[in-house]
Amino acid sequence: MLFYPESFKLSTPTDREILIERDFNAPRDLVFEALTKPELVRRWLLGPDGWTMPVCEIDLRVGGAYRYVWHKESCNITMGMGGIFREVVRPKKLVATEKFDDAWYPGEAVDTTVLEEKGEITNMKLTVLYESKEARDTATRSGMEHGMVAGYNRLEELLASMGVRA
Amino acid sequence: MVINSETRHLDAVFGALADPTRRAILARLASGEATVNELAEPFAMTQPAVSKHLKVLERAGLISRDRDAQRRPSRLEPKRLAEASAWLEQYREFWQASFARLDDVLDELQGKKSKREKASRSLRKE
Repeated sequence: MLFYPESFKLSTPTDREILIERDFNAPRDLVFEALTKPELVRRWLLGPDGWTMPVCEIDLRVGGAYRYVWHKESCNITMGMGGIFREVVRPKKLVATEKFDDAWYPGEAVDTTVLEEKGEITNMKLTVLYESKEARDTATRSGMEHGMVAGYNRLEELLASMGVRA
Repeated sequence: MVINSETRHLDAVFGALADPTRRAILARLASGEATVNELAEPFAMTQPAVSKHLKVLERAGLISRDRDAQRRPSRLEPKRLAEASAWLEQYREFWQASFARLDDVLDELQGKKSKREKASRSLRKE
């Protein structure tokens, strides 16, 4: 079993956002590098065991594109996503769009990553903002980008009230 | 993030959960089945209003209702709720697993021994 530090937090500040927070035991410059250099990103942005990242391309400049493709050998699944950088403020902040090839929610999401130095620790805040107006218009058919995001706290709250652990 | 996309029916689940009255109804049903009447009372709602919420919950698969019985009591279907929870858990797992690897990469860049290496070494000693 992996050790997951207490500093990991997943929350839903508004009904269109997910906020992921985590402290890293490294200087901010280094964390920024690990987030933006393909040869480093493909070593960690893998999720659960069994996935590899055969494609990891990052053109780190405003207007530049990135492209990630994951592959799970054992199930022969491939999935890709990518987007465009809107802000690149080394080593503090990144803003980029995100769209999955086979998106289950309409439109693009916008990822904002903010790195803050707290002594020897670097705090990372990643906000995923789901969607824009055109998606909201089509959202009647999908409760996901609202419901999923807003649903997280609600679900936890509900499960807690029911004595079930989320 | 690597998330299973074959979970579109979750739309209905999260849509259903988005309403506070429906969450309260689910919480009430967690302690046992109840009729529309029994549900209307504590929520100070009319029966048609409660019925409307029950329809949404039923469509999302979160509750079931007895078709034949006159009372048509509603009962919780915990399986669908557990699926929704599992979906969100995937989100959490994706980032936690990724960040654990990022810790190792950062340690390595700083010339530290990775935590996992250390852990497996101390395990080997035992």
